[in-house]
Amino acid sequence: MAVTAVEGEAPQFKQGLQAGVSIAIGYAPIALTYGLLAKTTGLTMAETVMMSLVVFAGASQYIALNLLALGTSTFEIILTTFIVNIRHFLMSTALNEKSDEADGLFKKSAYAFGITDETFSVAATKPGVVTAGYMIGLNLMAYASWVVCSGLGHLFGASLPETLQESMSVALYAMFIGLLVPSMKGAKKVIYLAVVAACFNSIFTITEALSSGWSIVLSTLISSFLIEFIEYVKLGKKGGGSNE
Amino acid sequence: MNSEVFWMIIGMGIATYIPRLLPFVLFKGKEMPSFLQGVLKNIPFATLGALIFPGILFIQDDISFGLLGAAAAFLIAYLGANVIVVVLGAIAVLSVYSVFI
Repeated sequence: MAVTAVEGEAPQFKQGLQAGVSIAIGYAPIALTYGLLAKTTGLTMAETVMMSLVVFAGASQYIALNLLALGTSTFEIILTTFIVNIRHFLMSTALNEKSDEADGLFKKSAYAFGITDETFSVAATKPGVVTAGYMIGLNLMAYASWVVCSGLGHLFGASLPETLQESMSVALYAMFIGLLVPSMKGAKKVIYLAVVAACFNSIFTITEALSSGWSIVLSTLISSFLIEFIEYVKLGKKGGGSNE
Repeated sequence: MNSEVFWMIIGMGIATYIPRLLPFVLFKGKEMPSFLQGVLKNIPFATLGALIFPGILFIQDDISFGLLGAAAAFLIAYLGANVIVVVLGAIAVLSVYSVFI
C-alpha cells in the first residue's frame, strides 16, 4: 500500500495523526473512567481492553457496562449498541460525499471502523476531500488513546486526582466548539444549523422524549433539512425578483 | 475469558461496525440530487450543535462548570486558536475554577 502511494499518502497520514491529537487528549479521561468502571463491573483486564479494541465506541461501552451490572441479556445489550450507534450511519453518509474518489471500497471499509462522533467531526470540518491516508492517521491516533487509556483505567483509574478528572471532562466538548467556531465565522448558515440542532436536541433530551442516540440523529436531520429547505425557498424567491 | 462476555463483545463490534460501513457500500459512486447533497453538507455542523448542547451543561452536577467551560472554549476558539489550544485552555480554566470552589 505504502509503495504505490508514497507521494500523496505519507503527508496525508501525518496530517491525520496530528489532527487526532486533540481527540486523543479528549479520549483519555473518558477511557480511563471506562476502564475503572469495567473493573468495578467485574470485567477482566483482557475483556476491558478487548471491548475497546473491537467496539471503539464510548457511549455504547458505558451503556454495556451499565446493562451488564443490571444483568441484561447479551442480545439486548447488542441491540442497544446498534440503536445507540445508528447516528454513525448519518455521519458515514456525510463523509462518503467528502471522500476521495481514488480510494477504493477496501480502504473506505478500513477507515469506516474508526468513525466516531469525534473523528467524524474533525474530518468533516476539514476543508477539501478526505483521503484514506488522512482518515487512517486520524483514527489511529484516537484509537490508540482509547485502547491504551482503557487498559490504564483498569490498572489504576482510581488513583487519578479527582479535580483533574473533573476538568478533563470538558475536553471533548471544547474540541467540538473548537471545530465549530471557525466555520461559524465564515457563514451564517453554519450558525443556524448548529443552533437549531442544539435547540431540538435540548428539547428531546430534557423532556426525555428520546434516548440520547436517537435525539442526536433526529435533531441533526431536522436541522439539516429545515435550513436547506429555507435556503432553497429563499433562493427560489430571489430568482423571481422578490427581496425576502 | 468468559465466553459469554467474549461473544457479547463480538456482537457489539458487529452492531457498531454496520452503521459505520453501510453508507460507503450503499452510496458508492452514486450521484445524489443537489438538494440532498446540500443536506449532507449541513450534517457536520448540525451534528456539532447537537453534540455540544445540552451535553456540555451536564458534565458535572454543577451546571456553571459546563457553562464556564463552554464560554472559555468559545472565546479561545473565536480568537482563532488551534483546536488543541482550545481543549487545553478550557481544561486549564476549569482546573483553576475548581480550585476556588
